[in-house]
Amino acid sequence: MQELLSKFSDSTLSRKLLDKVQEAAEEFIRLNGRRPAFMEVCGSHTMALAQKGVKRALKDHVNLISGPGCPVCVTDQKSIDAMIKLAEGENRIICTFGDMIRVPGTEFSLMEAKLEGKDIRVVYSPPDAVKIAEENPDKEVIFLGIGFETTIPVLGVAIKEAMDRGVRNFSMWMTTKLVEPILRTLLETKELNIDGFILPGHVSIVLGKNDYQYLVDEYQVPGVISSFETVGMLGSIYKLIRQLLEGRVEIENNYSAVVTDEGNIETKKLINTFFKPVDEPWRGIGVIPDSGMDIREEYDRFNARKRFNITVGEPGKTKCRCGEIIRGLVTPEECPLFAKACTPSKPIGPCMVSSEGTCSAHYLYMREDS
Amino acid sequence: MCVGVPAKVVERDDYTAVVDVMGSTMTVGIIFVPEVKVGEYVIVHAGQAMSIIDEENAMLSIEEWRKIADARAVE
Repeated sequence: MQELLSKFSDSTLSRKLLDKVQEAAEEFIRLNGRRPAFMEVCGSHTMALAQKGVKRALKDHVNLISGPGCPVCVTDQKSIDAMIKLAEGENRIICTFGDMIRVPGTEFSLMEAKLEGKDIRVVYSPPDAVKIAEENPDKEVIFLGIGFETTIPVLGVAIKEAMDRGVRNFSMWMTTKLVEPILRTLLETKELNIDGFILPGHVSIVLGKNDYQYLVDEYQVPGVISSFETVGMLGSIYKLIRQLLEGRVEIENNYSAVVTDEGNIETKKLINTFFKPVDEPWRGIGVIPDSGMDIREEYDRFNARKRFNITVGEPGKTKCRCGEIIRGLVTPEECPLFAKACTPSKPIGPCMVSSEGTCSAHYLYMREDS
Repeated sequence: MCVGVPAKVVERDDYTAVVDVMGSTMTVGIIFVPEVKVGEYVIVHAGQAMSIIDEENAMLSIEEWRKIADARAVE
């Protein structure tokens, strides 16, 4: 497998493919007088494209726009503040994925709460939080359930495990997001001119290729499901440009080693067992109907929103442009705070905190002086 | 956060498997890939195996790209 993986990062093949992408892009530019514009939906693609140098290598040929696929980045500030406020209560253990812990709240971050003595733990897997609840029966253990379709079924596994093991002091604060509603919103607001989407590889394990057909049927926008290695990502960009040049509009699967047409049926079943669609607020966008999943009423005892009364005020305003960055409207360099007041060691917005954030990717790999 | 890592299944029971991730072993859930066999590779996300890697398919994919990349040489 390592040998196979190394082939997907092979520098000679990557270089040749880069030439092919540039050639195809030049043909597009000759015909259209502009670069093709593609949005990489997934935050992991944003980071991988920056880290492997693809964004820099293609900057004169392809307009690669970072999209809304970093879960922490798209979570609105009021939701962030509410999750941080949960930590204020007594006898609570807050469990979270690592990305959340340094996200600034209006007043403080989870990290700052931890330094003040609150019991906040980073876990790798949501069921780990169930285990912590079992080991601490006199405490309320709350997992902060952030994520897209890849993560939502794993949140379901945590509820299932808590039920199976009779754990009653475990609950989740859900602020999950779905890909289809946000792509529809981006396309319908017409703020952006996108020629195609580089579709998320691991979300697509759950969804499957067929679940993107609406992009073709309703919006006439092509998409290619992509892996995360250099060869795979360059190949996906090449496939998108070829579609434009040949006048085709299709969803193509360039990650068929793990993504099927129907997706993972078991994950879809578990999602529908425990969760239901819910309106979700997105940073810089507002509430999008049915754009997230919340716990079904019959499992209310695992719903932290129902178990704990948390109220927060309106968040403070900053000059952070994260809300526009996640919509692809501006680049990090257009934010007055970027690389000045806002850096990875002292982030102001979540796009600089997250390991999938656009600002973090630009700061680490795409600054002119980096 | 949708990060997934490839891992080799070393042993399995009904609901969990021990996997090898680049030399480290860990236990992951296999509720989403109940058919997985020892020796197969999976993509792991947040402690759950989400998909079985089709190695043959991956090889075909790399060959496809090699052909496209090398097409330049014969043009």
